[in-house]
Amino acid sequence: MERQSVGQVTPEVFVFGSREEPLELESGYTLGPVEIAYETYGRPNEDRSNAILICHALSGDHHAAGVHSPHDRYTGWWDGMIGPGKAFDTERYWVICSNIIGGCRGSTGPVSINPESGAPYGLDFPVVTIGDMVAAQKRLIDHLGITRLYGIAGGSMGGFQVLEWSLRYPEMVRSAICIASAARLSTQAIAFNAVGRSAITRDPEWQGGKYNGRGPEKGLAIARMVGHITYLSELLLDEKFGRRLQSANRLSYNFSTEFAIESYLDHQGSAFTKRFDANSYLYITKAMDYFDIARTYGPLKDAFADVRARYLFVSYSTDWLFPTDQSREIVRALLSRGKDVSFIDIESPHGHDAFLLEEEKLTRIVSGFLTGVNEEVSP
Amino acid sequence: MTSQYVDRLSRTDRDMILTLVPEGARVLDLGCGDCSLLNQLVREKRIRGTGLDIDGMQLVNGLASGLNVYQGDLDDGLSDFPDQSYDYVILNQTLQVVKHPMLALEEVLRIGRYGILGFPNFAQWQLRRGLFFGGRAPKSPALPFEWYDTPNIRVLSIQDFFDYCRREKIAIVHQRYLMGGRWVKRLFWKRAVNLLAHIGLFVITRSDSGASTAPWRMPHSFESTVNAP
Repeated sequence: MERQSVGQVTPEVFVFGSREEPLELESGYTLGPVEIAYETYGRPNEDRSNAILICHALSGDHHAAGVHSPHDRYTGWWDGMIGPGKAFDTERYWVICSNIIGGCRGSTGPVSINPESGAPYGLDFPVVTIGDMVAAQKRLIDHLGITRLYGIAGGSMGGFQVLEWSLRYPEMVRSAICIASAARLSTQAIAFNAVGRSAITRDPEWQGGKYNGRGPEKGLAIARMVGHITYLSELLLDEKFGRRLQSANRLSYNFSTEFAIESYLDHQGSAFTKRFDANSYLYITKAMDYFDIARTYGPLKDAFADVRARYLFVSYSTDWLFPTDQSREIVRALLSRGKDVSFIDIESPHGHDAFLLEEEKLTRIVSGFLTGVNEEVSP
Repeated sequence: MTSQYVDRLSRTDRDMILTLVPEGARVLDLGCGDCSLLNQLVREKRIRGTGLDIDGMQLVNGLASGLNVYQGDLDDGLSDFPDQSYDYVILNQTLQVVKHPMLALEEVLRIGRYGILGFPNFAQWQLRRGLFFGGRAPKSPALPFEWYDTPNIRVLSIQDFFDYCRREKIAIVHQRYLMGGRWVKRLFWKRAVNLLAHIGLFVITRSDSGASTAPWRMPHSFESTVNAP
């Protein structure tokens, strides 16, 4: 079938957790009311058993496919994967994507108004975890009348949410697709997050998180630059930029942006500040740092003892932020428990970013897997 | 011409393996390629299976029929798979292409209660004749490759395999030999299989594993005795 776009979509907002009945967080704090921005693509079947939840990564949002207006230059972040005839085929599946809490794209987060003070939360926003994000998504899924998800999928931090879902609500997850992810954030990745947060909190414009308007744009841009380096492979940097100079043939002997890679990072950094909130960046990277299945659920072998989903793990050969071995570690735990699990390591030069770029291969793998979920061979 | 013959050979050993795997068994196919054997086993024997291959994109076919797949290299060992977690582990036409055949065989019998092993016999008489009279590296319908492009880096005969099994205390519970275009179970003169068979297909188990090594009878139904650990 020919691949098409889902076309024009309209985000929706679901509100739950009044101040009397707020969302209880892992930290012990509460949050409420909670708004969740989400989009859906395709249609539910009669018993709503064809729903697939897509979980976004650090800088993503609920706008995963299609456009908001016919004049939009950009489509949703996973448009190549979601739509009629695509991997998440909206002719067959009802696809849902929601913005995480703590985010800055419509769901409740540090930029939202604190009902106590009438001003943005800023640092009064409680620290949220991946578990809290999933608990909030669960309320949305309940609200949509879904008792069991056909599938749940995500890459990177989206993969954290996929794993958390399958552990927290095993009876609600029929299949789980975890791409370029891990059972915990590695020390190295925490280190890079720490540099990013330092860049933000040491920017004088941050003002202890109480900034108005544009805020610590320089700090946020540096955080994004560091992040971007970790998303790419050495090989790709070499191929794409090499030691090329951006606009001159001769060395300038000063400190202007000179190398092509410098200019690329500058651009990525400043573009990011136009669409992302610095405090949100602090909160979300913190949630990633805290993610550690073994800490919450015990050794992996035991943590996955009672899961019920069929799992698919995809990793990428040059991803050094979430290396292949971190996926394999979970696969091994699932195999030791006799669970249904598949594992494919895609050969790719694109590093961690491959999960957004290698769409051809991922499409074949994901659509095959989703078809197979229905073919379940009885045990 | 030759490649057609090879296709037919691989189809015929697939048919034979189909008869060897009991209904409902848990099967791991090592070097499964595009999962076509497992897919057929799922359709005809309702097995639960896992396909393993070094080429991840080939495994996509298996995913779509509900199989589990695992991208991995036999030569790295299969430590992710627990002991005795499958009823049958298939290693068909793969033993002769791995760097560490001993490791592969150990892994087959560690992970599976039974192993199903198929390989070309390098001592078949046409190959001997070719070497003896022609003075050239032997070729046959089962081994059609030139020395410079053969994937086969291990050269073994059926007799070599018997010797190995004796030394390693591996019991052969069942055997089938492809001679000409026909499968036979045994020959009157046992040693002649090494001269006549193009391909040997064996069901093996550890002599000390407790799995039945009694004269083989084809089970009509099979109750899996391997539980998830």
